[in-house]
Amino acid sequence: MNPVDIQSALHPAGPQAAHIAWLWWLMLSVCAAVFVIVLAAMGVAVYRGRHHTGPPADEAAMRRAVSLATGATVVILIALLFASVWTGRAIAALGSPTPLDVEVTAAQWWWQVEYAAPQPSNRVTTANEIHLPIGRVVRVLLKSTDVIHSFWIPNLHGKVDLIPGRGNVIWLRADTAGTYRGQCAEFCGIQHAHMALTVIVEPEPQFEAWLVKERRAAEAPQTPEQQRGRDLVAHGSCALCHSVQGDGPSAHLGPDLTHFASRPTIAAGELENTPENLAAWLADPQRIKVGSRMPATGLRGDDLQAVVAYLEQLK
Amino acid sequence: MRRLWLVSVAAALIAVSCEREARRYRDQPQAAVPPDGVRLTTLRPGGGNDIAVSREAPFSDNAQAMAEGKRLYSAFNCNGCHAMGGGSIGPPLMDDQWIYGDAPDQIYSTIVQGRPDGMPSFGGKIPDQQVWELVAYVRSMSGLAPFDVKPGRNDDIGARPSEARTPATGPRQTGHR
Repeated sequence: MNPVDIQSALHPAGPQAAHIAWLWWLMLSVCAAVFVIVLAAMGVAVYRGRHHTGPPADEAAMRRAVSLATGATVVILIALLFASVWTGRAIAALGSPTPLDVEVTAAQWWWQVEYAAPQPSNRVTTANEIHLPIGRVVRVLLKSTDVIHSFWIPNLHGKVDLIPGRGNVIWLRADTAGTYRGQCAEFCGIQHAHMALTVIVEPEPQFEAWLVKERRAAEAPQTPEQQRGRDLVAHGSCALCHSVQGDGPSAHLGPDLTHFASRPTIAAGELENTPENLAAWLADPQRIKVGSRMPATGLRGDDLQAVVAYLEQLK
Repeated sequence: MRRLWLVSVAAALIAVSCEREARRYRDQPQAAVPPDGVRLTTLRPGGGNDIAVSREAPFSDNAQAMAEGKRLYSAFNCNGCHAMGGGSIGPPLMDDQWIYGDAPDQIYSTIVQGRPDGMPSFGGKIPDQQVWELVAYVRSMSGLAPFDVKPGRNDDIGARPSEARTPATGPRQTGHR
């Protein structure tokens, strides 16, 4: 897939985005046709006016022409209105008695994604990535902890706002496997443009395997360096905001780090998740994402290496 | 002449207001503990002059830092003991009683070192920059922050009014100790 198509309403990967794309193409083609016809008619009128020699035009004929144009305009606008209403109804018709429940909580400037489960210990919490099984109806509950954000995965659906103190719901279905990009679509502060969400649509068995893996506690550190990194994370300043399920810290202000290394990006789509980028991010987050809630950790040298080594083995 | 005067007044105002609204994300203030330690009292054996307590602190003139401090006050669960300033398990912060001093460096030390009877030591946990932001906010709770520094609005959608909408001097009442 072309890289720009991973965030494009014109490359639908689900039924609702397909309806929206259909409405877009319909409106574009009808309006383009009207535009071309109007310009052509005007060109003809200018040309004929220049070369006109006979008697002035018949009053009745002009009245007929104006009535025809007005009538056509009204009919086209009403037709487009019906198409729009029909699209809205088609989008809203998606539902299921047994949907997959996902809870997305927006914060400045990242996304928390939780998969509901009857048993609390089976809940899965991750950040800035949302995995969806192909063909399954998903009910996404949208919340915000600070200001108004907007949830937008153009390849799957339109936008819905996330409002503090209120739960909004969006229904989705993804039919085409692939990796897409979601984006906050309501200005929410200095890093609004850098608040991205990686959407991974995969076959049901792969999705289930991912869920099972995510439910596990964090990988235990293997090497002495990783062990040192674990101690720094658990007893240093990381512990006030982040959590690592298992034997790590358990604060919930920042992204959950339990399976950090399996995520594609760092800092909500800002950086590719590589050890080099992680070290740069930890050393000076405010250089990479100015205003981010992540303060400078003050980690240097061996300490920084140890924390990177620990986080990068949290598969 | 009159125009020159107006321009210089405007320039001076801009220079002053910049500091209030400056967003100093990358400042790394040092742990401002003087070599002989932070003094918690002005009493000295044998009498003599009062020891001057430092009143200078990073972020004491910055509205955004104060707003950040307000966010961190709940985020780091200060309100778990001090409530929203009225105190519960811990002493109130919105009155004029200060067990360990009201100077910025004294509050800084209280947060970083911890205090007997329940105040944990946050040293090594909260980065210095955020401790100073908390100091700025805690001082504002009892009316110690200058009015022209207080944020005019909250950064988030919140139920509590901003600092500038609360009285210039905090309620004066006697703490429970």
